[in-house]
Amino acid sequence: MISKDFIRGNEAIAYGALKAGLNGYFAYPITPSSEIPETLAKEFGNQSYPEFKAFLQSASELEAINMVIGGASTGAKVMTATSGPGFSLKQEGISYAAGMELPLLIVNVNRSGPGLGNLGPEQSDYFQATKGGGHGGYRNIVLAPNSVQEMASFPGLAFSLAFKYRNPVVILADAFLGELKEDIVFPEVSQQKFETPWATTGARGDKRHLVLSLNLEFEDQNNHLEHLQKKYADIDKFEQRAESYLVDDAKVVLVAYGIASRICKEVVNRLRLLGIKVGLFRPITLSPFPNEEIGYLSQGQRKFLVVELNMGQMIYDVKLAVRDSHTVDSMNRFGGILPKSSEIVREVMLLHA
Amino acid sequence: MLSQEETDRSYEVKLGKIISLTSKPMHYCAGCEHGTLTKLVANAIDTLNLRERAVIVDSVGCSVFAHEYIDVDAIQAPHGRAPAIMSGLKRLRPDLIPFSIQGDGDAVSIGLLELVYAANRGEPITVFLVNNAIYGMTGGQMAPTTPEGMVTTTSPQGRDTKYTGPPLDASKLISNLEKPAYVKRVLLPIVPLPRSKGVYSARGVIEGQKAVENAFKAQLMGGFSLVEFISTCSINWKLQILESKRYASEVLAKVFPPGLYKDRFGLEKRQ
Repeated sequence: MISKDFIRGNEAIAYGALKAGLNGYFAYPITPSSEIPETLAKEFGNQSYPEFKAFLQSASELEAINMVIGGASTGAKVMTATSGPGFSLKQEGISYAAGMELPLLIVNVNRSGPGLGNLGPEQSDYFQATKGGGHGGYRNIVLAPNSVQEMASFPGLAFSLAFKYRNPVVILADAFLGELKEDIVFPEVSQQKFETPWATTGARGDKRHLVLSLNLEFEDQNNHLEHLQKKYADIDKFEQRAESYLVDDAKVVLVAYGIASRICKEVVNRLRLLGIKVGLFRPITLSPFPNEEIGYLSQGQRKFLVVELNMGQMIYDVKLAVRDSHTVDSMNRFGGILPKSSEIVREVMLLHA
Repeated sequence: MLSQEETDRSYEVKLGKIISLTSKPMHYCAGCEHGTLTKLVANAIDTLNLRERAVIVDSVGCSVFAHEYIDVDAIQAPHGRAPAIMSGLKRLRPDLIPFSIQGDGDAVSIGLLELVYAANRGEPITVFLVNNAIYGMTGGQMAPTTPEGMVTTTSPQGRDTKYTGPPLDASKLISNLEKPAYVKRVLLPIVPLPRSKGVYSARGVIEGQKAVENAFKAQLMGGFSLVEFISTCSINWKLQILESKRYASEVLAKVFPPGLYKDRFGLEKRQ
């Protein structure tokens, strides 16, 4: 049965997770992500979601991420949601989860920072989400939705990637997408069951399950990190996702993700009506960064304009991926302010000239 | 009628082999009570037949390798977070029996919030707290439980409680909450008997064994349990082993009085 709903992005994340078979949710409230726990609290105990066995509001962000670790250790589908300041506090747990190779889902509804910043949309947690964020060398898988529809469908995708690779997955949204209301159709998700022979579900004979991150012997830690490195290389090879829009003949390619990509798409449509050859490249996975596709695009005589809601973070990944980093320019808005399409049009015209 | 396996197990328990203990030699220093506690816990797991349901959550500190000696499933918690990990695990799998072995730095300093809130919710989990009044693994720094006057590497003139505040009493704090089911403090080291030079009492070991079993029973009955073990750290206290036993019984036991702090299920009356 296909149901059509007109809902908020944060609600879509919550229902998307439930429809993907969410088992447990642990979090601390923080604006602008709080509709996620509010929605899940309302649905906790609803017979339509028999797999949803645990909902608990924690006393702190640290407690929340560690409850998620405890739940995920049993092989359950567990998630938490937060925003910037809370995402910082969760980094300790995410680092441990990366070391212990636990599948878990963290939603960050990005607000403006640093510090308390404000409650408006930003993409300034890009570095923190994609480059590790906590201590030690590790990589999260990071998904960037740009519509309420994707807010609904990405939890299912996130869990399948998390369990496939035994790795933390971050859905990096923003305050605008969290509040945005759109018509969506919930995807027909077959609730995937994942094999979890590593899960701490009780020792049997000689077989016991150890979820650890300490290797005092240098050689052991070296081997563990080599294993992680190989896993990250596989993720890089097989999981890059991006959307290209009217790029084939484009002289200028806008590069943007999340809500910024929606504005950029509007700019492309307007300029195309005027016959200006502009396109959009939208990373869907921020980590792994879709460098193959954008690298291929850069073989032509194209210029790139990276539009971000921060002071310039993704631009470093774009510059690494293209053939000539001098072809990459940036346009940045921050503090909770979205760029106007007219501002982007002006920048494109300057590059196009 | 017992199965062959169960019969073997009962004989092995009687003959002194602890099934839930691995054969790995322990890394603990001479005179340390961690090894004693490890055996008490493994023995209780055997006695209550919990090996296939127990999950040890290691803490950061001297008990970080506890899973190498106790032969059950294990998770390694970040510093202080074991009660939060156990809470998440227990909510998803109420059939499992999570327990932690945490030091005083881990549980009473950096992890106090996690301990207090898990206790306040009455999570059916078990915390074994080893209180030796000092940071052992990091080399003898002042702990939240360090008594007035004790010399540590970060209180070289002796702890001045006018400056640092007094030692924090976890058993008292947790037992004042409504939900915890079983809170007990045991003086684990051997204690020199007065007027009998060179004679020591190991009463703490017997009491400790009962307390560990009661703590698991409280969890099986749906309650939160905490057992705090007053212990020694002769290496970092810079005392001879037997002097450290005397210090534990004469000084620490006065700051942290042993006893039953809470027993909502009346577990000690049943015995």
